[in-house]
Amino acid sequence: METQAMTDVLTSLKERFPDAVEPSEYEGVVVAPARLLEVATFLRDELGYRYLSLVSGVDYPQPTTRFPARFEVVYHLFRESGGPLTLHVHADRDDPVVPSVVSVWPAANLHERETWDLMGIRFAGHPNLRRILLWEGFEGHPLRKDWHEVYYEADKKPFDSRYPNGRPVMAEARSPLGDNLRYPPGWSPQGWQSQAEEAVYAPLEAHLGGDGRRMPTDQVVVNLGPQHPSTHGVLRMIARLDGETIQQLEPVLGYLHRCHEKIGERNTWLANMPYTDRLDYVSSMSNNFGYAIAVEKLLGVEVPERAEYIRVIMAELTRIVRHLISIGSYTSDIGVYLTGMLYALEERELILDLFEMASGSRMMCNYFRFGGVARDLPDGWVALAKELVYERLPRRIDEMERFTFNEVFRARSVGVGVLPADKAIAYGCTGPLLRASGVPYDVRRAEPYSVYGELDWDVAVAYHGDIHDRFVVRFEEMRQSLRIIRQALERMPEGPVLSGKVQPALKVPAGEAYGRVEAPLGELGFYLVSDGSANPHRYRIRAPSFANLGVLGELCKGHLIADVVAILASIDITLGEVDR
Amino acid sequence: MTTQDARLPEVPPELRNNVRIGPLDWLSPLYNWSRKRSLWPLFGGLACCAFEMIAAAAARFDQARFGMEIVRPSPRQADLMIVSGTMTKRMAPQIVRLYNQMPEPKYVIAMGACAISGGPFKEGYNVVSGVDKLIPVDVYVPGCPPRPEALYNAFLALHALWDRERISQLRWYRKDVVDEGVPVPELGPDLVNWRVVEKLGATEG
Repeated sequence: METQAMTDVLTSLKERFPDAVEPSEYEGVVVAPARLLEVATFLRDELGYRYLSLVSGVDYPQPTTRFPARFEVVYHLFRESGGPLTLHVHADRDDPVVPSVVSVWPAANLHERETWDLMGIRFAGHPNLRRILLWEGFEGHPLRKDWHEVYYEADKKPFDSRYPNGRPVMAEARSPLGDNLRYPPGWSPQGWQSQAEEAVYAPLEAHLGGDGRRMPTDQVVVNLGPQHPSTHGVLRMIARLDGETIQQLEPVLGYLHRCHEKIGERNTWLANMPYTDRLDYVSSMSNNFGYAIAVEKLLGVEVPERAEYIRVIMAELTRIVRHLISIGSYTSDIGVYLTGMLYALEERELILDLFEMASGSRMMCNYFRFGGVARDLPDGWVALAKELVYERLPRRIDEMERFTFNEVFRARSVGVGVLPADKAIAYGCTGPLLRASGVPYDVRRAEPYSVYGELDWDVAVAYHGDIHDRFVVRFEEMRQSLRIIRQALERMPEGPVLSGKVQPALKVPAGEAYGRVEAPLGELGFYLVSDGSANPHRYRIRAPSFANLGVLGELCKGHLIADVVAILASIDITLGEVDR
Repeated sequence: MTTQDARLPEVPPELRNNVRIGPLDWLSPLYNWSRKRSLWPLFGGLACCAFEMIAAAAARFDQARFGMEIVRPSPRQADLMIVSGTMTKRMAPQIVRLYNQMPEPKYVIAMGACAISGGPFKEGYNVVSGVDKLIPVDVYVPGCPPRPEALYNAFLALHALWDRERISQLRWYRKDVVDEGVPVPELGPDLVNWRVVEKLGATEG
């Protein structure tokens, strides 16, 4: 049925745009850049593809027999019912320009900026095409295949030993400056001035001044972060204020940009698994899950049933941890200081004990493998888990839910930061943020993976779209997670947990795959392009908190500056995932 | 009472029993003991390790046992910086500025592989390979991330470090040492680390 719907979409596209659309090599369609906006509008308005998940750039530096060297921009689209659609747009490698689709899907804004920043593809018509993860003035576009780092060791891993002749070689020794630094030839610090800060403030300072209709008051541009107790890491925000009211607010990202994708393209497939732990570092199991699913799509391996159940149990325990943390940090942000966080962390420790028993590590579990999980559950694990999910956690979730009846909690959250459903979809929001706006969209239900289709659970939804409802959704989701875990613990069969054996230098068949899971923060996707070698050709991550941040400015507009902290905490971000 | 040093102002007779002029090193154990019980860390997590740092402060592990639960959001009131995570080039100017804003005595713990050397992300184009490329580090805590117990071990290592410090030797009480702070790097074509850039000038000129 799924494929039937997909064929219908392709047929109607082909009928409507016979000369602009052709089938792609792998999946989806190739669209002529000149007609992209028309096709996009048609897809959104008439075929219901209202939801843009990801924009990624792919670099093909070597001409092949079939096509010249080129850039490819790939769009992943979804609709509430029915399958994904992938659009490919080709761009010239010397002067890559592609029309921007921000006017059709506002969600493209941050993704396109990132693609410009890291890949150097210009998006014509983008309202604000500036660097996002790196700073203005950085030399080069690092994700291009011909751009190499200073400590560049070899094209692909595994490379030769770091211990030739038994003596370790530091990466510093290979760099002419003895550090991870490189300056363009002829560059001199004499008379040079950094433009990075000015570029951050420029778009807001351009709007300073009265609006002409009422008595002008001086507006000020204020900086929050990156070192700030309420920014959940190193997020920075620039706000233009009129008195205490936010007129405009922009997140400034990149303070934890760890070059995840560039490193990921050099690693072997399996070596990326521990790196995914460090994306949303609070929910490492979910990240493993998404990556494993994406690679399994390419490999076509089957996962044993016991492993599927273990995966689901781990992912749902992770969801509980993540939601507990988000509730705890919200309460501390609105002025409870550490009390709420202590409640959350107490339960988190118990769940981390379970993770540690199974995987050997508290936080960075690295537990999933392609075709299963790394090892079976140890003796006594199930009994401990049952005690937790039947006895302790339900009580503690009820107890913590009393926060939502608290006078201060309600005063700070009811009616604040309201996100209407259509805007939430247009901006590509996912997770509790979307479901609190009344859209019952959950990847586990929309595109069931693993054994979610066999289990009995409900999608948590709330309808006001304010901060309060986001937490109502989170509490309900934790209860549903408990429900899922209970069923999974009862139904989990005996048997193997890994099909085949672990191959460190596994070769993956050429192709592309987009694997996505419902991570605690929203839809976590991995877009992988394989050229048949032991390393990914392109390793792209659709991070839910990065996409959700796109709506932050809209949500804060018109609110007081004190509410920014509350709104940010209700969106719930993890910087490791935002900046990657 | 020792005889008074001629270079120092004269102490009035009625205060002779209250004021001590002379070497203070016999006070060092008391000084160090009291510092150990009131170390105020700077609030601010960088990356993954921040959550283990929070866990160390929270219910199960309870950092308050060390008199360290007063986490200050302002560097002006803090005397310990726990660099808990990857220091990116973009974040480096801020970290150095925070370090410069902290009053003496100040200490730095590099928590986790990233803070020590760049860790798994060392090759990254936006990653500084180790905090000690920019600011002085007192204790290194290996791990990715280190467990809360490992962080406690770092506190104990810091205490052991202080046991060897003597008031007369501390640089922040000396008049002949002028602390100019660490030069703040800037964001240019790459991170402009002024110490390295000097080298660049030397090779070209």
